[in-house]
Amino acid sequence: MITIFGIPGPLLFGQLLLGLINGAFYALLSLGLAIIFGLLNIINFAHGALFMLGAFVAWGMLTYLGIGYWPALILSPLIVGAFGVLLEKTLISRLYGLDHLYGLLLTFGCALVIEGLARNEFGSSGMPYAIPAALQGATNLGFMFLPIYRGWVVIAAVVVCLGTWLVIERTSLGATLRAATENAPLVQAFGINVPRMITLTYGAGVALAAFAGVLAAPIYSVNPGMGSNFIIVVFAVVVIGGMGSILGSILTGFGLGVVEGFTKVFYPQASATVIFVVMVIVLLTRPAGLFGRTT
Amino acid sequence: MQVDRRSVLTGAAALPLTAALPRSRARAQANKTIRIGVLNDQSGPYRDTGGITGVICAKQAVQEFAPNFAVEVISADHQNKPDLGASIASEWYDRQGVDVIVDVPTSSVALAVAGVAKARNKAYLNTGAATADLTGKACAPSIVHWSYDTYMLAKSTGGATVHAGGDSWYFITADYAFGQQLQRDTTDFVQKAGGKVLGASPYPFPGTSDFSSFLLQAQSSKAKVLGLCNAGGDTVNSIKQAHEFGLTEGGMKIAAMLMFITDVNALGLDVANGLTLTESFYWDLNDRTRAFTKRVVPKTPNNWPNMIHAADYAATLHFLKAVKELGADAAKQSGATIVDQMKKMPTDDDAFGKNSIREDGLFLCPANLFTVKTKAESHGPWDYYKLAVTTPADQAWKPLNESGCYFVKA
Repeated sequence: MITIFGIPGPLLFGQLLLGLINGAFYALLSLGLAIIFGLLNIINFAHGALFMLGAFVAWGMLTYLGIGYWPALILSPLIVGAFGVLLEKTLISRLYGLDHLYGLLLTFGCALVIEGLARNEFGSSGMPYAIPAALQGATNLGFMFLPIYRGWVVIAAVVVCLGTWLVIERTSLGATLRAATENAPLVQAFGINVPRMITLTYGAGVALAAFAGVLAAPIYSVNPGMGSNFIIVVFAVVVIGGMGSILGSILTGFGLGVVEGFTKVFYPQASATVIFVVMVIVLLTRPAGLFGRTT
Repeated sequence: MQVDRRSVLTGAAALPLTAALPRSRARAQANKTIRIGVLNDQSGPYRDTGGITGVICAKQAVQEFAPNFAVEVISADHQNKPDLGASIASEWYDRQGVDVIVDVPTSSVALAVAGVAKARNKAYLNTGAATADLTGKACAPSIVHWSYDTYMLAKSTGGATVHAGGDSWYFITADYAFGQQLQRDTTDFVQKAGGKVLGASPYPFPGTSDFSSFLLQAQSSKAKVLGLCNAGGDTVNSIKQAHEFGLTEGGMKIAAMLMFITDVNALGLDVANGLTLTESFYWDLNDRTRAFTKRVVPKTPNNWPNMIHAADYAATLHFLKAVKELGADAAKQSGATIVDQMKKMPTDDDAFGKNSIREDGLFLCPANLFTVKTKAESHGPWDYYKLAVTTPADQAWKPLNESGCYFVKA
């Protein structure tokens, strides 16, 4: 058997794959954050809570309405996205033009309220959500046992991330979006309804979080704290990738997942901190992030 | 506009803060009122294993005992923070006239509150934390530890697993006081029984939700048993993911060193069936436990009592009996006096039956090893356990001469 630094090769390959799976969640969540930050200049601290909400909506649809995983994968992001639109219309839109700090406080407060309500209603132990029948089981890859569902998570995340990137970078809608980020008054002068675009963008970013939540439901137990476990790491990912950089957040998400995976083999106690160590190094050497532009 | 924004902000920010404050701010009007403070996690990962159901069970004891003196039950959320727990405890003992604090899960918080109780000679009945130090290094004449501890879990679940052929272990451990002590105690029993420990993954607590990496390491260690030295949501996630990665299909056995019926409920029987675990209380153990459960469940229909909840009830009940014996006036003077009285009297309640409290403050009751039922074997709500073996009270716990408690005569 090949060994690398005293660790058997198959175990390392396994960790690489696991890192990519975790990275898939980081990528999906940080993508949503990056889009929201890029256009709205809002640091959306409620992202973790909305991720959790996505999982809960899927769970609720299954438990109370008998709607399964596949429809939930579409419906839950739509429902939570609509909730995001409401949030933006009623609360967040009042803070444009003010310091970032206000948006951060507001969304942080929203996150605490949403999580608190969920905890009050559903408890903290979490609800079971079964893996859909078509994706149950595992395949033996030789070096590890890969649950089919986790493989699906990586594929779904890559497809959605690339799709989002293509829309933003390669379509006229994306071009308008990017233009509005640069200079909103000018774009508005061309007759484009920028406020509506901003609202829908927030909704889309939130829908991405909810999509990740539905993907996560069968892996983690559906519980009110599931978002706060992720959100801090995801913020670090966004900072490392460069605030507002779409491609940066996707690549950094997957990359840091892998870094974290390897740390779990060599020194598990540090697995929660390694991402922040990377963040410090990146901030010291490239303050704008790996893919960010210095302006 | 300005005002609106401010009010929204302060409103949103203040909500979680108010939730953190002790529930009852009422002044201690009558000095003769016996006040019982239930301090536990009411919003975090241990909310369901303790939480409001624990408060309900303590109130149940008061209601059933129907004391001829005034009793009040108050409660607060310690959010699993040792500093917050200690400051609520001081506030309660010093200014709110609280005579006894009950529950207090999370070993780190439990030990902090033990220091507060000890310094003030106030009664402290811990039913929620695992650390065996509460009746060892951190013991005090006014402290009683109820329902379970790391030694008892390690002996019951660990010992039984080795005897069933699980002689090589790999641990996944929450890297703080509780997990480390549980791993140490279990390792002792495994090694004494001739088994060996092949490795361990201590993971950062709290904040870890993905265990797949540790599970993969456990798998490649070729150990026969995966020992989970964690609790609550972490245990649920570890077991769920162990299934996903085919550890159990590969013949590995999972020993959940600390698991409650609430966790089994969260996992679902499809995944949990076949697990072995130890609890000192189960609702369907005998007529008395069923009777107790029947009285309590209507008040907490979605969260049936586990051994912590049952101990909240039993400890409060026994405390009230001791106060009645001493008289409320004398009882309010000294925590050690009440606890001495509690140790003198045998305990008798529907949740645990007839038992006793030892000199060092350890409540001695039988430890039950359970196997989780399959879906086909389960015939009703919360019908989850099959009793595998009961370790009698005199063998389940750490022997008194190893206790390490300073006031125990050798």
